[in-house]
Amino acid sequence: MSKQTLIVIGNGMVGHHFLEQFSQSPAADAYNIVVFGEEKQLAYDRVHLSEYFSGSSHADLAMGTADWYADQGIDLHLNEPVTGIDRDARMITTPKGEYPYDQLVLATGSYPFVPPIDGNDQEGCFVYRTLDDLDAIQASAQKAKTGVVVGGGLLGLEAANALKSLGLQAHVVEFAPRLMPVQLDDQGGALLRQKIEDLGVQVHTEKATTAIVPGSAARLRMNFSDESHLETDLIVFSAGIRPQDTLARACGLELGERGGIVINNQCTTSDPHIHAIGECALWNNFVFGLVAPGYTMARTLSAALNNDASAAFTGADISTKLKLLGVDVGSIGDAHAKTPGARNIRFHDEQAGHYRRMVVSQDGKTLLGAILVGDNGPYDTLLQYALNGIELPANPEALILPESEGGAPALGADSLPDTASICSCHNVTKGDICCAIDAGCTDLGGVKAETKASSGCGGCAALLKKVVDSELEKRGVEVCTDLCEHFPYTRQELFHLVKVNGIRTFRGLLKQYGKGQGCDICKPTVGSILATCWNEHILATDHVPLQDTNDTFMANMQKNGTYSIVPRIPGGEITPDKLIVLGEVAKQYNLYTKITGGQRVDLFGATLSELPEIWEKLIAAGFETGHAYGKSLRTVKSCVGSTWCRYGVQDSVGMAITLENRYKGLRAPHKVKMAVSGCTRECAEAQSKDFGVIATEKGWNLYVCGNGGMRPRHADLFATDLSDEELIRTIDRVVMFYVRTADRLQRTSVWMENLEGGLEYLKQVVLEDSLGIGEELEQHMADLVDTYQCEWKTAVEDPEKRKRFREFVNAPEQKDPVQQWTSERGQRRPVLEVVSS
Amino acid sequence: MKARTCWEAVCTVDDLVADSGIAVWTEDGPVAVFYLPHRLPALFAISHTDPFSGSNVLARGITGDINGEPVVASPLYKQHFSLRTGRCLEDENVAVKVYPVLLDGDQIRLEVPVAQAASVAA
Ligand code: SRM
Ligand SMILES: Cc1cc2nc3c(=O)[nH]c(=O)nc-3n(C[C@H](O)[C@H](O)[C@H](O)COP(=O)(O)OP(=O)(O)OC[C@H]3O[C@@H](n4cnc5c(N)ncnc54)[C@H](O)[C@@H]3O)c2cc1C
Ligand code: SF4
Ligand code: FES
Repeated sequence: MSKQTLIVIGNGMVGHHFLEQFSQSPAADAYNIVVFGEEKQLAYDRVHLSEYFSGSSHADLAMGTADWYADQGIDLHLNEPVTGIDRDARMITTPKGEYPYDQLVLATGSYPFVPPIDGNDQEGCFVYRTLDDLDAIQASAQKAKTGVVVGGGLLGLEAANALKSLGLQAHVVEFAPRLMPVQLDDQGGALLRQKIEDLGVQVHTEKATTAIVPGSAARLRMNFSDESHLETDLIVFSAGIRPQDTLARACGLELGERGGIVINNQCTTSDPHIHAIGECALWNNFVFGLVAPGYTMARTLSAALNNDASAAFTGADISTKLKLLGVDVGSIGDAHAKTPGARNIRFHDEQAGHYRRMVVSQDGKTLLGAILVGDNGPYDTLLQYALNGIELPANPEALILPESEGGAPALGADSLPDTASICSCHNVTKGDICCAIDAGCTDLGGVKAETKASSGCGGCAALLKKVVDSELEKRGVEVCTDLCEHFPYTRQELFHLVKVNGIRTFRGLLKQYGKGQGCDICKPTVGSILATCWNEHILATDHVPLQDTNDTFMANMQKNGTYSIVPRIPGGEITPDKLIVLGEVAKQYNLYTKITGGQRVDLFGATLSELPEIWEKLIAAGFETGHAYGKSLRTVKSCVGSTWCRYGVQDSVGMAITLENRYKGLRAPHKVKMAVSGCTRECAEAQSKDFGVIATEKGWNLYVCGNGGMRPRHADLFATDLSDEELIRTIDRVVMFYVRTADRLQRTSVWMENLEGGLEYLKQVVLEDSLGIGEELEQHMADLVDTYQCEWKTAVEDPEKRKRFREFVNAPEQKDPVQQWTSERGQRRPVLEVVSS
Repeated sequence: MKARTCWEAVCTVDDLVADSGIAVWTEDGPVAVFYLPHRLPALFAISHTDPFSGSNVLARGITGDINGEPVVASPLYKQHFSLRTGRCLEDENVAVKVYPVLLDGDQIRLEVPVAQAASVAA
């Protein structure tokens, strides 16, 4: 039997999710699948669109790969909009041709509504929906100082945040009397407004724009109906979305009064061969502007196409929890108390800036809705009460009161029924999670991979962790976090013990808190902790045996037992004289020479006994150790910056040198890399570093927790437009917090991924000093900076320490017989197949 | 016939590094000598050659104990070798040579096989 053809119009989030579901289902074999997307990029995560401005690329946001589509046999046409549907002929048209279908799926999403204002289409006017939109905004922002967002809803505030992150003075103009009119009430809206204004975004409510005309001080001028006006260089319209139903309208499908393609519970339109899912669909007279209901429609349609009689879309929860410009906002269910007889319980702490409102049923037994502004702490608990109809306690107000005032602790994971929905994006219930654990998942990562929970909007992450932890605990799975058999503690706990008890040696720590003699796991770990706490020389008698060979000999061991030497070249800047010294030394000792990936020079092939002599020469020429061997700061890569480059806006080399000199020698759980770029072109690749700094017109943007290497991770934008002092203070704090809390051999990227609360939490600790340890961290760093010594300088000056560098202590003239050499491309290299004697 | 051996003096107490190793050159090639002051006996000697890389580096590894067995971890690929038996903990088919070691005054002596020619001369 020949295959039928299924065409999907729209390669957005929901269309892609449908393909993921459908291509794995039995019915897929009966179809040739063809997809048309108007955008030139493959489906990407629109929910996290704004991260495009903080460094995520299309590849980071992409939901699948071209290879995946090919593997599934899906015929993918990107950058090819469908322009017409002929229902009688069952044929669609694009600028490139006509294609017949048997089943047609509309997943065309929605488009931003641009209010019909005179002049809304001139240069400088944008919408906020696609990557192309963001590219256009970014380009325009380069020449702009101010930006206005029209619309104070959820997306509008997100757009305002984006403008702010692009360095613009941001304004929000809202027609309604308050912000987020759909989700919030007056009190909540007012608090949100106050918080957002405190962050430097100006809010204008009850403003109706009548015209946009050329401005005098700025590019554009917005005239309002109350005769006032506002000048701005750039305008982003975010005044709501409209279902993209143009094709459906043209071919006569049934639409809603205000647009939207009418679908039944199986997601089929008024034409049985045509289906609609996602934001273009109208179900029960309702369009869902969120991704989770769209995913549910996608799953439903896939099941229906597999003739699953139980497949039915029956509505979806539209509660939202988000952080807008760093302010927590939550809205659940019937937030405006529209249910007859509903009653309100409100708690408003003006001091702390928390507003909480619960809407409860007439009998006080069920939670119908809620509003939170300022702190989403109670959100998960409230949502579970509302979604699962859990009976409220006798004193329901306890759910929103602070614990100090008789508030109830959060709803334990135990009290949730198995049917409780934990992740609405991927429709994962508590029961699904239990199944995954019973099927062998023993940690959070495993459960995530198995169920996909928390891989959508991410809003459920905290709750998911709670459920997983509690279920693992119930099953008696003990997660062993002991460092090794000698210490029943984590690295973080050991750090604390060392610091609080003033312990200065490994033996001392072992005696008090460990057992046995130690090993190659705990010794270097403790060595590193002692170094960060007290900064004594790593070759002090007590510390020598703790170090990995590279630290012991302050050089990197190579495969044949010789060492490489990497002198520090801060920021990659080096004088010709110093370069000549490197060349002379390399020549004298016949060292293989190579430029490293970290903007410095590596000299390979020195024997143990040659190391001190070589360093004497290097130190005399003004070099210091480069710590290429240590779990410590490696290099601060720089670009040439404003001193030479025509685009540079700050002295990136100067800053790189300052940072490198400040943090050199610092011992950390793993190596730390930094980079400074002189402008957004980012020639120093700062966003792939643990700490990346990018110059702006006004100062520096700081990115944290990036990684190259085996699992690359883009760094997260942490703070913007910092002055030199602010930058250093912020890095001081993050570095020290990392050093204190990270696990052994955990790069900042992995640390961040495991940090409960993630980036936001780190921001609170560092930028808002929520733990009150900011000064302590800075002081600790200052102490380390003050006690820095070049380890090699101290070592070559101390005869006792030099004694360590004897190849064979009883035979100074004896050469190591396995170190055989040959030559390649004009330099010496080891003979590779060494045979043991 | 039992191969002839001798107790070769290889270094003095001053050369030792507590909780760590040093390398010496002997009639039998490179040997690593470890001094673990918190154990009895406190001195161990094994071949300095790492069987996995062929390089002479074992004296530069980190010492410790695994389940009570005194070990050194190879600095190159991190396998553990028992200081008592020379066995590799990760691969039972691999072992390094072990040398009896003796403290004689402030001299450290190792029992090493004597090459045939040398024994005739002696
Ligand atoms: C020398 C150098 C290669 C070169 O010739 O360019 C190098 C050499 C080594 N790298 Fe690297 N890495 C070098 C730049 C990099 C870079 C590029 C960079 O820093 O811009 C990266 C990716 C960026 C990053 O780390 O995020 C890099 C990612 C790694 C990794 C993977 C780390 C990760 O988190 O995925 C390892 C393995 C590890 O650390 O566990 C590693 C480990 C090593 C070791 C230490 C492997 C070893 O144990 O023998 C190599 C020995 C160096 C030596 O003997 O001197 N090297 N290594 C580079 C020294 C830069 C410097 O001046 O200090
Ligand atoms: C900045 C921003 C933040 C958001 N934040 C959240 C959030 O926090 N939580 C949440 O749940 N939701 C959020 N959303 C909404 C979420 O992105 C949407 O609900 C989701 O993308 C809808 O998926 P969709 O597939 O229906 O539509 P889309 O993802 O828009 O995909 C539709 C695709 O169809 C294409 N198309 C349209 N017409 C045609 C045609 N004729 N031919 C070919 N292709 C066509 C479009 O180009 C588009 O690529 C956010 C949206 C934005 C813009
Ligand atoms: S990042 Fe900017 S300043 Fe630095 S070299 Fe590139 S363009 Fe020039
Ligand atoms: S709720 Fe969105 S990822 Fe789980």
